[in-house]
Amino acid sequence: MSDLLKYDLLGASEAIKSKEISSVELTNAYIEAIEKTSSLGAYLEIVKDKALEMAKVSDENISKGVSRPLEGLPIGIKDMFCTKDIKTTASSKILDNFYPTYESTVTQNLWNDGAVMLGKLSCDEFAMGSSNETAAKGNVINPWLKHKKMSPGGSSGGSAAAVAARSALAATGTDTGGSIRQPAAFCGITGLKPTYGRCSRWGIVAFSSSLDQAGPLTRTVSDAALMLNSMASYDKKDSTSANLNMPDLMSYLGNSIKGKKIGIPKEYTQDGISDDIVNFYQKSINWLKEAGAEIIPVSLPHTKYALPVYYIIAPAEASSNLARYDGVRFGQRKEASSLDEMYEATRGEGFGDEVKRRIMIGTYVLSSGYYDAYYLKAQKVRRLIKEDFENVFKKVDYILTPSTPTTSFELGKKQDPLTMYLNDIFTVPASLAGLPGISLPIGLDKLGLPIGIQLIANSFDEPGLISTAHVLEKSADFNFIADGAAK
Amino acid sequence: MSETSKLKPGHIQGETGVWEMVIGLEIHAQVSSKSKLFSGASATFGAQANSNVSLVDAAMPGMLPVINEYCVEQAVKTGLALNAQINNISVFDRKNYFYADLPQGYQISQFTKPIVGEGEINIDVDDNNQTTIGIERLHLEQDAGKSLHDQHPSKSYIDLNRTGVALMEIVSKPDIRSPQEAGAYVKKIRSILRYVGSCDGNMEEGSLRADCNVSVRKAGEEFGTRCEIKNLNSIRFINQAIQAEAERQVEILESGGEINQETRLFDTSTGETRSMRSKEDAHDYRYFPDPDLLPLEFTDSFVQDIKDKLPELPDFVKKRLVNEYGITPYDASILVEEKDYVNFFEKAATGGDGKLTANWMISELFGALKKENLLLSNSPISPETLGELIGLISKGIISGKIAKDVFSEMMISSKKPSDIVKEKGLEQVSDDKEILKLVDKVIADNQDKVKDYLSGKDKLFGFFVGQVMKISQGKANPGLVNKMLKENLK
Amino acid sequence: MSNKKSIVDIPTVNKIARLSRLDIPEKNKQSLTNDLNNILGFVANLEEVDTSNVEPLASVTGHKLPLRSDIVTDGNMEDLVLKNAPESSSGFFVVPKVIE
Repeated sequence: MSDLLKYDLLGASEAIKSKEISSVELTNAYIEAIEKTSSLGAYLEIVKDKALEMAKVSDENISKGVSRPLEGLPIGIKDMFCTKDIKTTASSKILDNFYPTYESTVTQNLWNDGAVMLGKLSCDEFAMGSSNETAAKGNVINPWLKHKKMSPGGSSGGSAAAVAARSALAATGTDTGGSIRQPAAFCGITGLKPTYGRCSRWGIVAFSSSLDQAGPLTRTVSDAALMLNSMASYDKKDSTSANLNMPDLMSYLGNSIKGKKIGIPKEYTQDGISDDIVNFYQKSINWLKEAGAEIIPVSLPHTKYALPVYYIIAPAEASSNLARYDGVRFGQRKEASSLDEMYEATRGEGFGDEVKRRIMIGTYVLSSGYYDAYYLKAQKVRRLIKEDFENVFKKVDYILTPSTPTTSFELGKKQDPLTMYLNDIFTVPASLAGLPGISLPIGLDKLGLPIGIQLIANSFDEPGLISTAHVLEKSADFNFIADGAAK
Repeated sequence: MSETSKLKPGHIQGETGVWEMVIGLEIHAQVSSKSKLFSGASATFGAQANSNVSLVDAAMPGMLPVINEYCVEQAVKTGLALNAQINNISVFDRKNYFYADLPQGYQISQFTKPIVGEGEINIDVDDNNQTTIGIERLHLEQDAGKSLHDQHPSKSYIDLNRTGVALMEIVSKPDIRSPQEAGAYVKKIRSILRYVGSCDGNMEEGSLRADCNVSVRKAGEEFGTRCEIKNLNSIRFINQAIQAEAERQVEILESGGEINQETRLFDTSTGETRSMRSKEDAHDYRYFPDPDLLPLEFTDSFVQDIKDKLPELPDFVKKRLVNEYGITPYDASILVEEKDYVNFFEKAATGGDGKLTANWMISELFGALKKENLLLSNSPISPETLGELIGLISKGIISGKIAKDVFSEMMISSKKPSDIVKEKGLEQVSDDKEILKLVDKVIADNQDKVKDYLSGKDKLFGFFVGQVMKISQGKANPGLVNKMLKENLK
Repeated sequence: MSNKKSIVDIPTVNKIARLSRLDIPEKNKQSLTNDLNNILGFVANLEEVDTSNVEPLASVTGHKLPLRSDIVTDGNMEDLVLKNAPESSSGFFVVPKVIE
């Protein structure tokens, strides 16, 4: 049985198509793996019967000679995606009894392409966090150095942990300021945040609408390409969805990057970065050089303002997006005698501390007298940050940076919100500019924790991003498996 | 009482002097669209509770707005009809506040960059008072749902059918100075909306409602503190509410008090305004651009296309009626209030006396319809029959007095006036010999009076006319009666 | 920002919590106040950026707002709309009584 877990998404797809394995077998192996790794806390909801039902349909398809792009492949879904008749909580107490009557566009795309649903994956509450510690149902444990109880990162911590622990062949995530890339880096897997507008936001619980973007968390770059092929689509139900065809990303695997220009921003090599990460960053630069790319030093002068901009804009949008959780039409209600008291009690009890903090900050920066100084100012600096990237992409094709300033940390270690926010220092700028970014594992630090490297491409250049990441992946040849992974 | 009767409308006589009202209106006009502003649910009025509700309207997690093109066109069309600036780039903002019938926790509206900017319209208050009212802006926004408070002793019931229905908010400048002007302004806006077809203007069903901002000041002084009276759904209530609110403010100010800027409700049973408890909380709406939407942009040619298709507007038709039919501007302004009126009038006036037709329509027909609680579209008198009646009058076949009787009969039986006249033998007597007989009889019967008349009591002439008309049962042609009496009283 | 050195105090926290409809237990108010001040202090370095000729950026999307046709495509699903409601009665959502 355990042999089945060694397939990556692409490998499993080929094995199913060639009838070497069946989807039911594979799905059963993953259900077993979920049980074996349940102590990690990655899953909030397991839908065993549904998974096997879907796997059966896939096997019937295969026997009929029909195979959709993700036929029979068991995957996990971040709990930010609304899934029809399956509890969707965004890891929040306030949605503890919410059963959507609709399916998000991204997950519907996956099911339409034959993927099999294993269940819903934990995340930081409303995707607000970088350690998965704000989840209402508790921590998720990183399968790396399992005994030390390290953070899987966040907010897509459950998704990253499940893929690293081999309890999902792949998973969906959402990324607002690094919520796919940072946990991917912490868990030694690949995480891709597409260009803003590539994946429909329809049916995804909104955190910060101008930043939220869905993407895959996978074992390999090829798997990310395979997943994103299905996840991305133009959606008329999302006014910010980009009406652009996504080229078949699989056809960009194996392309040479000879002559491509890689920018190395000087602002991303400041203090606070661990030595191991600095070393592997240098190694990655060398690998790309060896592959024929040209390395060019560049400058993104407004980088240091990215986190402040982010921590104004994201909470501002969140404070408004989360107003709908009021105990009237869905979710938990705390009864009270007046409407306002009901609102305050419901929201006071239903939201966790970090969510409340962000709602408070967001309300403050939008409130009368402070709007110009905070929100409007942040929007202006956001433009400068975007222009920094536009200028750099006139000179280079891709930008290479570390994914995170440090590798994973022990759960419960970072109590101060601000220290936590610094985790996203390298991922936030591309989010603010709406650019696609990918984090892939390139090595382990002294403790044996994975290190991720980030590639950023120009808007809608996911094909080039995949080509370049694929080259880097080959050079890094990261083939370690987490000690906490299902065997 | 005699004091106040000399006051101009919109003025209030206080103990310290005369106060003037300053009024601005915010009209909420429901766009005549089939579906909602940002969702595909029906915008129809009167459906079963929560049946015209989509997941977007109910603000389910992850639901997103997509704008209705028709609503954008209607806003542009209306803006053009208000002679207003059309903004090719406008922005949708979120207005954040909590309320039971506001599922998103914010209303999508337009704050800093509305789709339509400044404009102006002309209004006719009466024959001697025509003025121009500035338009501040027009923007698109979502309507809220409905809370029912009388279904349960301790609960409110929420129906989201109206949630997300497209509204145009038309904001006037504070140029209005009396309840009468406010009424004329609302009527004018309503007729413009109906002409262009962007809103049905139905105040009973709530597709047109107004918030009135009212303050008072002494002539020439700065604007006073204003109060906003919410959600008035008839011109009569607008009139009453403004008057009541202005009087309330004068009373407070004259007794040394201050006006609190606040939102008030008009109580139609007491005729007074009162503070709205649910709005007591100081609001901070935290407007910001809705990140689920992008700026709304369109080209000049989009606007030009709409302009090219714009129908004749009330002011244009009014001018035409004045020129073509020689009617007064005020009469014309009443007739152009509704397209129906104009169509009726023009049919009735075909080939006849326009001025007479306008008089009959406005004073007789509208009066009679109002008494019967009928709309013009259900009038028992058709334009053709009214036209015929006017024809009978102008040709001298019946007198104006007889015509009123015929008109009353037409209201009841819908018969043609010529048939009524024939049946009842009401034709005017214009035969010289017939009239001479009557004149002779009156002279013979009143010899005393004839003597008095001949000795210089000229005023008695009217008596003889009256006597002739009386014995002719009103049918004698008054012109001929006059002429013959003059000839024979010698 | 410099002219509004935003020092959040407990009354401000109360005001913001009220606007946000969040019940904050009394014992948590001081630490929340401190957190907010730290975060506001952290974002204060934006004031050093010269943005005098910079237009605010609300969306990174390059395309125009798409418009949909005026067709009724949705609704008529009271059961689905009300399915997750904590309290409903005869087709209505039910909330504690509101006084206008």
